[in-house]
Parts: sequence; C-alpha cells; structure tokens
Amino acid sequence: MKPDTLHEEPENAARRRFLTAGSVVVAFTLLPEAASRALAQTTTTEAGTFTASAPDLPGSLKTSPMLDAWIRIDTHGHVTVFTGKAELGTGIRTAFIQIAAEELGVAPSGITLLTADTATTPNEGYTAGSHSVADSGTAIANAAAQVRGLLLQTAAAKLQVDAATLAVQSGAIHAADGRSISFGEAVSGVDLHRQAQPGLPLKDPRTFTIIGQPMQRVDIPGKVTGGASYVQDMRLPNMLHARAVRPPAYGATLASVDIAPVEAMPGVIKVVRDGSYLAVVADDEWRAILAMRALSAAARWNAGPPLPDQATIHETLRRLPAQEITVAGKGAPAAAAAQTLHARFTKPYLTHGSIGPSCALALMEGERMTVWTHTQGVFPLRKGLAEMLSMPPDHVRCVHVEGSGCYGHNGADDVAADAALIARAVPGRPVRVQWMREQEHMWEPFGPAMTTDLTASLDASGQMVDWKCEIWSNTHNNRIENAGRLMPTWALATPLKPAPPKEIPMPEGGGDRNSVPLYRVPNLHVQEHFLPDMPIRVSAMRSLGAYINVFAIESFMDELAAAAHADPVEFRLRHLDDPRARDVIHQAAERFGWKAARGSARQPGQGVGFAFAMYKNLMAYCAIAVEVMVERDTGTVKMERAACAVDCGQIVNPDGARNQVEGGILQSSSWTLFEETTFDTRGITSFEWGSYPILRFSSAPKKVEVDLIDRPGTPFLGVGEASQGPTAAALANAVADAVGMRVRDLPLGRGRVKG
Amino acid sequence: MITLTVNGESHTLDIDPSTPLLYALRNQLQLHGAKYGCGLGQCGACTVIVGEEPVFSCLMPVAAIGERAVRTIEGLGTIEQPGKLQRAFINQQAAQCGYCIAGMVMRAQALLDRTPWPSDEEIRAHMEPNLCRCGTHMRILAAILEARGASNGSRS
Repeated sequence: MKPDTLHEEPENAARRRFLTAGSVVVAFTLLPEAASRALAQTTTTEAGTFTASAPDLPGSLKTSPMLDAWIRIDTHGHVTVFTGKAELGTGIRTAFIQIAAEELGVAPSGITLLTADTATTPNEGYTAGSHSVADSGTAIANAAAQVRGLLLQTAAAKLQVDAATLAVQSGAIHAADGRSISFGEAVSGVDLHRQAQPGLPLKDPRTFTIIGQPMQRVDIPGKVTGGASYVQDMRLPNMLHARAVRPPAYGATLASVDIAPVEAMPGVIKVVRDGSYLAVVADDEWRAILAMRALSAAARWNAGPPLPDQATIHETLRRLPAQEITVAGKGAPAAAAAQTLHARFTKPYLTHGSIGPSCALALMEGERMTVWTHTQGVFPLRKGLAEMLSMPPDHVRCVHVEGSGCYGHNGADDVAADAALIARAVPGRPVRVQWMREQEHMWEPFGPAMTTDLTASLDASGQMVDWKCEIWSNTHNNRIENAGRLMPTWALATPLKPAPPKEIPMPEGGGDRNSVPLYRVPNLHVQEHFLPDMPIRVSAMRSLGAYINVFAIESFMDELAAAAHADPVEFRLRHLDDPRARDVIHQAAERFGWKAARGSARQPGQGVGFAFAMYKNLMAYCAIAVEVMVERDTGTVKMERAACAVDCGQIVNPDGARNQVEGGILQSSSWTLFEETTFDTRGITSFEWGSYPILRFSSAPKKVEVDLIDRPGTPFLGVGEASQGPTAAALANAVADAVGMRVRDLPLGRGRVKG
Repeated sequence: MITLTVNGESHTLDIDPSTPLLYALRNQLQLHGAKYGCGLGQCGACTVIVGEEPVFSCLMPVAAIGERAVRTIEGLGTIEQPGKLQRAFINQQAAQCGYCIAGMVMRAQALLDRTPWPSDEEIRAHMEPNLCRCGTHMRILAAILEARGASNGSRS
C-alpha cells in the first residue's frame, strides 16, 4: 500500500487487516512462544473485547500493530493520523494531535486527524471508560516516535551522516552542517506498512514542547461561529428528512394505523411500516415532524407489560434473580473490632440527557449502506446494523461524525438503526433522522438504579479492621453486541432479541466498578449481585457503578471518621499508602483551606465535605472538597465552591484535562442534587426537562478550582470520569456537616433534607 | 411567502407560515448555528435574537416575526474573524461538546446589547433558560464576563 493513500475503500481496509493477520501468522511461525502468549491475550474492558495480535506493544498497537494504521505521510510531507476513537466533546481530537505532533516533530497545524470510520481507521472498539488517551494516545505516541525514527534513518542514509547527529523540527530533518530533508522527501524511502516494534523509546519528557502545554481545542472556533460541526448539521445532496414514531412504552405493539392520510400530507415521500415499526420520510424536516405527529395520532397501540412501582424499585431490583460475583476477598489477622457500622446507599435511574437529541444519516446505494453516526463504537455498530439488515458487514460503513455530548450509551446507536431501516426503504436518497426530545428522554438506555450496602469495623484505636460491601446492579454494558441490542429492532415484524447482559469483568468492572476501597483494611469482602433482568432499559452512563460506589464508600468513610472522632481528611490519610493518592488529598485540602473551614464555626446551613477516589483503582486520582449551603425550609442544597486536585499521569493538554474535571464536577453535582428518572406502571414519565430537571446557572457554584499534578513520563491515566463519584460523596458529606443529616439515597435535593 | 431579514440579509421563503424559525434557519437558509434541543422552550439550544430579544427559535413561527430583524451566531463573526463574544468563548475554551454553545452565545449577546456591563448575578439570572449538560457553566460565565462591553455584536 502506498503511504499516501489516505481515503481507502473498505476493500483496502479489509486487505490491510488480512495483511496484518498474515504478518501475525508469520510471527507465529517464527516465534511460537510469542504466539502462545498472544493467544492468551484476550481482554475485556468497557471499550470492548480484544485479542491482542501483538501483546508486547503498548496501547491499541496491541490489536492494530501496523504503523500505517496510525500514521501516514505523503510525499508533500502532509501527516495524517488515524484513531479508532471518536471525539465525544471531551477534546481528544486536540490531545491526539498534540501527542502525534510532539513525537513526530511537526507542528500541530501540520496534522490531519481522522477519527473512527470503519473504512479507514483502526478498530478500537468503543470510545468509553476514559480509555481514549491511554489506549489510542499511547498507540499514536509510539507509532509517531517509531515513524520519526524511520524517517531519521532514511535521512541519515540520504545525507550520509550518523542518524544521532540529526535533529527533527517542524516536519524537517536537519543535519549539523545546515543541510535538511523534509518529511515528504524522507518518507519516499520508507514503507510505513510495517509492524511497530516493542521496547523502542519515546521522546524524553523533559524535551516536550507540545505535550503538557495548554493548547486551544481545534474544534471550538467552528463551534462558536456556527460552522457545521455535528452530524445534526450534515446536509447531503437530495437529502430527505425522517422521523420515527415510537410506541408509547416498552413492549407496546401497534394495533392499527391508517397511513393513507399521512402519505397524502405535503412533502411526505413515504410511510415506513414494518410490524410495529413506524417512520415517516419527507422532503423537509418540519414537514417530516408534522407527518410524524399525524402518524402518531393515528396509531393505536396495545399496552406492553406494566413497569414496577417506582416507590419500591430498589426492593424490587434486589429481589430479582442474581448472578453472584465475588469481586474481592481477603482475610488477615487484625485487632479486635471495637465498633461496627452499617449503611445502605441507593441511586435512582439517571438520564444521559444529551442536549441535542440523537441523529444519524444513512444512504443505501446498490448493495452498500453508509451511516454517519455519533455512536461511541463504529465497528460494533456496523456489526449490529449488518445483522439487522442481513447484509455482509463489509457492505456497511459507519463514519463517526460528532454529535451532542453523550456521557455514555444514549440514543446514538438506536437512531443509526432508524436511519438505516428508513434509508433501505428509499434507496439512493440520503436520509437524516433526528429524535424528538421526548423520544430521547423516554427511549435512551438509562443509567441503572443501584444499591450499595457497606459494613465496616474499627478497632479501639480507630483503624479499620474489616470491610464488607454488597452491590445490586443491572448491567452497565448494553452495547451493540448483536442487532437485538438496537432498540428499533424490537418493533419489527420479526423482532430481534437483545444478547443477554454480561458484567464487565474486574479490574474495570461495571456495577462493581470502584467497589474495592483503596484504603488499607486487613479483612475485605466485596460481593456483587448482578441482575440480568432489567425492568427498565439501562446501559453505560459516565463512570458506571463508580458513581454510586464512590458515593457510598466516601460517605461511609466520613461516618467511620466520625465514629473514630477523627477529621475526615486525616482519617483517609491514616488508611492510605499510595503517595499519589496522598498527594491529591493534601493538595485539594490545602487549596480549599480544609483545616480552617473545618475548624471555624459554620453559618446555619453551611457545610464542608471531602472525598477521594482513584477512578477504577487504575486511572486518574481525584480528591475534592466542597462547600454547600442547605436550606432546610425548602430542601434546597447548593454547591457554593469546590477545590479539586487530580493526578492523571502525564498530562497532554492541561486546559483540556481541567475542562473535563470542571465539567465532571458540575455534571455530577447535577446528578447528585437534582436528578431522578421517573416512571409509573405505564411507562417513563420524565420525558422532557420539566419532568427531569438538571442544573441551571442559578445552581452553578461561585468558584471551582482544579489543580493538576503532572507526572511527566508516566502513563496517561483517563480523566474524563474521575470526578463524578468523589463530587457526589463530597456533597453528601457537606450536607451532613451542614445539617447533621446523613442522606444515603440520591438525589440529595428534591426535598430529602427538607424539615 | 414569508420574508425574513437574517443577519442583515433579506430572504423570501415559500414555506408554511407555521414553520418554527429554527427549521427555516437550518434548512431553508442553511444556517447551522441554532440547534434543535427540545422544541419546547426548555433548553435554549435554539436561541437567536429577534428584534432585541433572545427567543427560542424552536417555538416561534416564521409568521410571528414580522418586520423584526433576526440575528444568529453566524451574524456575530466568522471563524476567521470571530466577534468579541465569540473570541471570549474561544479564549476561555468555553465548550466541551459545544452543542448548547451557539444558544449560549446568542442569549449572552442579547444581554450585552442591552446592558454592556452586567454583574455576575445579572449574567447568571439572564442565562438561566439555557441548559448545558457537559457542565461548562463556569467557563461560559467567564467568557461573558470577559466580553463585557461588547454591544451590537461588534467585532473586536
């Protein structure tokens, strides 16, 4: 393959995969030990299940080891970088450009970055679980460093000097005598279609000039000037607009509908009906909406099975049949327990609540389907769509285009299924489908309702001697494992069945994520009751079970600290050995002025709270202190200020990381203070922002400070979900400090502290 | 026929007079800044300025606009030459996914047009109708504070 072939067809991508596989076969033949090791390297994380063909390589190079899968340089020196991850609004596009620019030795402006596209990019599964910089960023860093090394070797040969005497700057290679060769010239002698090598060095972080420096995000200027930034903004020639008509609730089936009057409406091209699946296609978006309303009014439905009573939902869930998972267990001699505490914590179903309802475009041309989508996983979506359409996967192309922030598994995949089903009915015409607000609020897979139950004992000196945790959770991973996981397929004349739910294994976990405390405790038992049956459709929402587990653990640590007559921060430090954990705690406490705040008299309703966690016990460290004001008369809790310290390893873009942490704090404060998906026996009742209130400007704090602790040269640690759990617990601890009332059932607002 | 003056340009459109302004802007005029968020006037992603008021363009039929001028985020500046408020949003990196941002900018612009030096409290109260789900509130507030004095969408 030529290094300058940038926009290849799916056949070429398939060929590249074949060649990649072929090279592995060769490796197997030559290196039987490596082969047997490789076969054992199947791992499951939130990003998906992968078998590493090159387990000795770092990051996603393990599964996509060829250098030209990541970096290509044309003869004009233009650099294209590929990632299988998608920009979800977190700024990874900019971070990846920084990483590639640094390790290659070119200016960031000289790089074109192509993101998740089944025809052109590596398969990196889902963009989820704060994996992007760790997986893809690490792959890009290493691929870029190795490409730089190859270019240096070629340049050295051409200039007839020692490669060690050459310097790379701004996309050119300079010799000590003043001669230079551009990347475009150097690349002509290099075939980048080769496997990356393990153990090759990266740049010395002390020489970094781009990684670690704040860089303005490349996407923001377009977004603040009305540029076409989102899939919602895409306009293709001859494009049609479609809207789906959803049943009134889960399991409802279409009894009757008269489609003829709708088909006669102005601009209507077609009414699509397949069993209980209904959609309209029109020549104009507003006309499609009017037709959708008319079709919806004409449809009569048979009710589905009733939903459980919301008032007793946690009891209902805890009684469901469970798969038992022992998450952690250890026993060691310890001092006698002097006192034992027990507490049970719950969180309600939560709505992702993207501001832009989900949207997709699809075009059926001959035997091929192309879908433009804001999915988190173009490859798994392609597999699901191909199954749904009974098409070979290589006839379906999924191209990621940015959408509204998703915060996990929202309606993105489902609306892509809508677009594909509708586009198949109007071949040759691109179709744009966007969900309506109530469709997004009622049909997205929600963040699961959960219970976390904790028991722990202290010895006479106030040290923890045992800790027991029980968790009840539905799946947090209802991703597109098969076509039946795409909600629109449930309504088809031949309905498809979702693949049975499976828990994400530790160390990342799903419902049990962050359920093992990082604190030193000699006796520990953590048990998850994984509940496969889900009365309400649920899936991944930002930080998964870590949100409630950290809320529970860190609330409970304050209860234990009080029982031990210890300051909450001191009590945490007393049980922590990891110096990086201790550093973020010290930093957040100092920035907040913890000692002074705890030591001085609070005004009525004023309280301060602290919390800490290391996301998944293997990603970013985060400590946070908050101050709240509680109005008992109204039950209102307001976060007044927050001070947070984060260690996410080597920082790529400090301002980008800070933006993520600030956003995480505010989003979590919204979940924690206000949010609860509501339902009655007939269906979801929180169908818009009036019935599902979230944080508005009047509830935004006065001040949020975020300190980042940089660790140059250490691995990238995902940061996008680090602050959600700690923020929830810090707020609950501050409420307890303010009014002496321990709230263990979320949300904290909504009248829970009224009285 | 409906006549709309958008960002100083007059357009005559052959559309149903009940069409909400949002759809005319996005589809007939190909102005993508204003976004569909809820269609209910609850989130503000569709906010544009009509006359001197910030309005939910998802709710306002084109027939109700009359002679009033419509301003959208495209009228404040361009990617090459952003307006002062747009520049402040870039300086503060006041976006994550950014879907709400065009609506935020337009609501803020309406305030700055009327009150060039609003207080922090006035800004928060004025911005209350607009939702951001990524939690970018602190940066949005900082951007509006930075842009104080920028009236009439004037370029910096």
